Amino acid sequence: MSDKPLTAKERLAIERTHMPEQPAEKRARNFSEVNLGLAEAAAIEEAKRCLLCKNRPCVQGCPVGVRIPEFLERIAAGDLRGAAEILRADNALPATTGRVCPQEKQCEAKCIRGLKGEPVAVGWLERFVADWADENLAPPSAPKTKTGFRVAVVGSGPGGLTAAGELARLGHDVTVFEALHAPGGVLRYGIPEFRLPKAIVDREVSNLEALGVKIECNVIVGKTLTVAEILREFDACFIANGAGLPVFLHVPGENLKGVYSANEYLTRVNLMGAYKPEGRTPIARGAIAVVFGGGNTAMDAVRTAKRLGSTRAILAYRRGRDEMPARAEEIKHAEEEGIEFMFLLAPLEILGNDDGWVRAVRLQRMELGAPDASGRRRPVPIPGSEFELAADIIVVAVGTRANPLLTATCPDLKLNKWGNIEIDANGMTSIPGVFAGGDIVRGGATVILAMGDGKTAAASIDRYLRENKVARG
Amino acid sequence: MFEVLRNETLAPQVHRMVVRAPRVAKARQPGQFVIVRLGEEHERIPLTIADADAQAGTITLIIQAVGQGTKDIVATPAGGHLRDVAGPLGKATEIEKFGKVVCVGGGVGTAVLFPLAKALAEAGNDVVTLIGGRSASYVILRDELASFSREVLVTTEDGSLGVKGFVTAVLGEILADASRRPAAVYAVGPVPMMAAIAKQTRPYGVKTIVSLNPIMVDGTGMCGGCRVTVGGEIKFACVDGPEFDGHEVDFAELAARQGTYKEDYCRLDAQLARGKGKEGRP
Ligand SMILES: Cc1cc2nc3c(=O)[nH]c(=O)nc-3n(C[C@H](O)[C@H](O)[C@H](O)COP(=O)(O)OP(=O)(O)OC[C@H]3O[C@@H](n4cnc5c(N)ncnc54)[C@H](O)[C@@H]3O)c2cc1C
Ligand SMILES: Cc1cc2nc3c(=O)[nH]c(=O)nc-3n(C[C@H](O)[C@H](O)[C@H](O)COP(=O)(O)OP(=O)(O)OC[C@H]3O[C@@H](n4cnc5c(N)ncnc54)[C@H](O)[C@@H]3O)c2cc1C
Ligand code: SF4
Ligand code: SF4
Ligand code: FES
Repeated sequence: MSDKPLTAKERLAIERTHMPEQPAEKRARNFSEVNLGLAEAAAIEEAKRCLLCKNRPCVQGCPVGVRIPEFLERIAAGDLRGAAEILRADNALPATTGRVCPQEKQCEAKCIRGLKGEPVAVGWLERFVADWADENLAPPSAPKTKTGFRVAVVGSGPGGLTAAGELARLGHDVTVFEALHAPGGVLRYGIPEFRLPKAIVDREVSNLEALGVKIECNVIVGKTLTVAEILREFDACFIANGAGLPVFLHVPGENLKGVYSANEYLTRVNLMGAYKPEGRTPIARGAIAVVFGGGNTAMDAVRTAKRLGSTRAILAYRRGRDEMPARAEEIKHAEEEGIEFMFLLAPLEILGNDDGWVRAVRLQRMELGAPDASGRRRPVPIPGSEFELAADIIVVAVGTRANPLLTATCPDLKLNKWGNIEIDANGMTSIPGVFAGGDIVRGGATVILAMGDGKTAAASIDRYLRENKVARG
Repeated sequence: MFEVLRNETLAPQVHRMVVRAPRVAKARQPGQFVIVRLGEEHERIPLTIADADAQAGTITLIIQAVGQGTKDIVATPAGGHLRDVAGPLGKATEIEKFGKVVCVGGGVGTAVLFPLAKALAEAGNDVVTLIGGRSASYVILRDELASFSREVLVTTEDGSLGVKGFVTAVLGEILADASRRPAAVYAVGPVPMMAAIAKQTRPYGVKTIVSLNPIMVDGTGMCGGCRVTVGGEIKFACVDGPEFDGHEVDFAELAARQGTYKEDYCRLDAQLARGKGKEGRP
């Protein structure tokens, strides 16, 4: 191989690499990560597919503007350290986003190579560099000079962690308050081990601690501490408490034994380790699991049910395949693992047996009508199409909403009609010095958007402190 | 880590533990609870804050060891640690001035009742406390309750202390007597006891507050596992409760859901053996 830069023609001749995976048969019975990661040679070869476009369309597809061609160019040159430095500067949790971003709708959707053939595998390369950096580079260290300002962050999901990291880098004294017993938010309790190993969340968290961020778990803001109390101790506050309120179907039989919200089902498995032999928290298992929903959460729940031993793990969605909001890769993986997809169905009633356990669900077939507010065609019921489907476990994964626990105790915080916190262009709420971002502002969104909010808010908080506050020293 | 400062046995399998948890101690109000997790891989166990000392930064828990989770917690000696104590959770008791109030505690429910009864008495109510246990050694907190109750009545199933029988028999007499009939009843104990009491008070129109203990995970309204039907609506006991109007609660559903992990909840092996997994396959 010559050291001369490749010509466009040579680059175009390279085919997209394949991500090595655990075989579907095997992985459908374990909780280890599905994707095994690219080998260095494959990553370098893939990076060479990048045409280093001058107008960088891929960067516009990334909500945090990762300098994609720049880091790909470094990989192609075999300079992984250089690639890692660019990536780490732009993205606080690259090992996570490389795994969970919906790349096919973001960076890779805009990649010029996708117009004719397959886009550059930006997500896989991001993951590759992040994993390499975590193994080979020293964790970031705390800045030498401190500003003397104290900032509290509420919630340790991707939004809170990103803000905390940025603020610590700027020399502020940051404390994160987390309601649960372990940090990470949805990365910890929602997204399963087979998609995002918890060791990665642990590593991202310890990198932040190396920056001087303090994380205090078991603090429920609104209960243990109020926002008003926080403002007495801290100079500013960033609220990123997520959208952790489960939505139920509101059909009869929903309180039968064996019916779970996705939040409960996934929390028992991921946060509490119900799948591990040593885990103490129980989870009900059954031969037939039916999951309602079509997003990432539904996909995670149905694939979890399969791994917990269900012989039939069925995803029932009220719209069609094309309307499913889940990541494309998850849909593909689920299909390979033998997940059954049933489209255009809505639950009418959950039926129980004599001891109060789920036995079946009565469903109605739907057809797609005119587009609704979201632009997707609205499902409408087909009369007379009702039928019964046997089920032992039911998981409801039809969305989440803003959890009112914090906001209810802070009446000065202006909310919209869905209970989400309203912010101005700088990310500040109706309370001076209190900023917010992530799912509590957007409703259920994505990891990278929450991180983007954390980053923007950190910059605004920094400005706010310097302009409005006197350091406590 | 939360240090255990004291651990003493109140009754067979019932321990009183004092734990250092300064933030909880400061914020706590009667009726609220904490979620305790002893160590890695342990369950999250909801426990009522029986008492708190904001000055000393301590809370008191009264715990009945019923299953593995609670057995492990009460086995932690003074000087040992609980990995996680999160709270205070749940709504505080709405303390009203009713006048005459009867507080009924069954078994370890008496521990949950204790802070409510105390707060009711402090608010100037005339509190009669009625507590039941299997036998004399299971009756807890009698002296503590006596310190602020006008009267403490005791029932035991074997008659070894107080009246022989159930608390419902004594409550029935109180309700039937117009001169003793309270304006409100607070009942905390096993679900069948609370259901029976709600049924008893309904014909008299006596306001009845019960404290529910469904299975919980997070305690913050995130999982919905603690959902109960109250007045035909879904409520999350951890955030909307744990206290509810006993006349509105669907106790049968609560009892069923509480049993989720008591029975054969891993029905998979049995089903597969019966070949159910193949049923209905397209
Ligand atoms: C199962 C599942 C799978 C998903 N898969 C993907 C995916 O593949 N790709 C993707 O981009 N997005 C995915 N998402 C969406 C994504 O995870 C969220 O958009 C993102 O995590 C939001 O981040 P956040 O920081 O706003 O909040 P969260 O991640 O929700 O974190 C909020 C944190 O705040 C804590 N908290 C809540 N209330 C309080 C309080 N009062 N006091 C203190 N702490 C509090 C919570 O315990 C939690 O730890 C998924 C979501 C779910 C549920
Ligand atoms: C708001 C609230 C306050 C409580 N206060 C007290 C208290 O002050 N003192 C006390 O001794 N007990 C109290 N309990 C009950 C206590 O939480 C349970 O006894 C305990 O969870 C049982 O766990 P285990 O592992 O020992 O028992 P097991 O029977 O082995 O538990 C099996 C499973 O069922 C769950 N579970 C079983 N019984 C209950 C129950 N009654 N309530 C909730 N979850 C249950 C456990 O979490 C576990 O998942 C309270 C419960 C609630 C909801
Ligand atoms: S952060 Fe997400 S969208 Fe941005 S480049 Fe990385 S994978 Fe693509
Ligand atoms: S659009 Fe695609 S080819 Fe162009 S710079 Fe971005 S990743 Fe490279
Ligand atoms: S315990 Fe999870 S919502 Fe109440």
